[in-house]
Amino acid sequence: MSKPVKAVGLLSGGLDSTIAAAMLMRQGIEIQGLTFYTGFCVVEHNRRSKTRKRKKPVRNEALQAGAKLDLPVEMIDISGPDYLKVLTDPKYGYGKTVNPCIDCRIFMFRRARQYMDEIGAQFMFTGEVLGQRPMSQRRQPMNVIDRDAELDGLLLRPLSAKRLPPTVPEQEGWVDREQLGDIQGRSRQKQMEMAEEYGIEDYPSPAGGCCYLTDENFGRRILDFFEYEGKENLTMDDVMLLKIGRHFRVKPDVKVVMGREEGENKFLERYTPGRWRLETKDVTGPTTLVEGHPSDDDLRQIAGMTVRYAGSKADPDTPVACHYEDTERILEPSPVEESVLEAWRI
Amino acid sequence: MIQPVMTLDTYGLLCPVPIMKTASAIREIAVGEVLEVLADDPQILEDMPAWCASNGHALLDTIEEGEEYRLFVKKVK
Ligand code: SF4
Repeated sequence: MSKPVKAVGLLSGGLDSTIAAAMLMRQGIEIQGLTFYTGFCVVEHNRRSKTRKRKKPVRNEALQAGAKLDLPVEMIDISGPDYLKVLTDPKYGYGKTVNPCIDCRIFMFRRARQYMDEIGAQFMFTGEVLGQRPMSQRRQPMNVIDRDAELDGLLLRPLSAKRLPPTVPEQEGWVDREQLGDIQGRSRQKQMEMAEEYGIEDYPSPAGGCCYLTDENFGRRILDFFEYEGKENLTMDDVMLLKIGRHFRVKPDVKVVMGREEGENKFLERYTPGRWRLETKDVTGPTTLVEGHPSDDDLRQIAGMTVRYAGSKADPDTPVACHYEDTERILEPSPVEESVLEAWRI
Repeated sequence: MIQPVMTLDTYGLLCPVPIMKTASAIREIAVGEVLEVLADDPQILEDMPAWCASNGHALLDTIEEGEEYRLFVKKVK
């Protein structure tokens, strides 16, 4: 008996990629799931920062999909300097916010292609649907992505295959094109019907908004960072901090990050080295980190902001402890007017 | 008594990082051997069973000690 054809499937855990995998499994293809860790996933991040015990655990959908379909899933960590370059210098620019979707896809697909060769798979596939997403899932960008990621016709998109030119796995007869989909556009009706047909239940609601790079607030903060700190200086630690809390640009070289709840405060504490940390004395309040070179006046104002966001037990004169490395100072806060605060907010 | 041949300490790390580390550690042990994973992210209670199920390994036991967890994963293939 000949060996089954093996394919690498990029799984997000969403309905589309799960259906794509189920479709190919029906055709007897052996599938290895693959998912990437970028460091920009909203779900993962919320799990990190929000108060842990109170929150219902959130599932890693790609792993869950693998478990449901009984197929192995490899998770590859691509967070780091090379992926950050995709964000800071995208060849094909950004979408609505700072989402470099085309470059991001190229980066991921290249890595997937490499993985495919490593494990001896013959082709790869995604759950992408033609015309579903404005930036990366139109015909022309898809062609650009396939070309730049050097996929040589080895990427199959089973859900829309009949609307796309035949790929190598179809030409070689590894998969039967006739049994593939012809879905196009944003409606999810067909996918729901197919989910029912394949017995796929309990799938997460359509993603969208699962990547921080498409988030407007995050986009503003990234652009602020590029402007004042220089995009070449962006690190994963900066990214982690840009994702949480309230942010204020007090001066070109002074930025404040303030926790909004206990989980965020805890998370921020880990980033204390090399930064100022302010906390209200004796009453609970936010953890405030200060980056840059604040003057004494700046610190007193930031103490004022810290008191402003502390609970009702704090009053405008509540003293604020200010730490830097091993030193502690107690500051009397200076009040900051609301309009000034708003002007500083990023 | 489960006898792990290797212990992976993921204290302070948050999922999915402990899972990715488990995936690399499991490559270093032989089929039939057991890896012990120490963790303090409760998320691992959701992710590890799913990872084991999808990758065909056996989660033999999970011991919760306060906010810390010890998981025993047997390499099956
Ligand atoms: S939404 Fe985020 S992860 Fe998805 S392609 Fe765009 S940048 Fe990449």
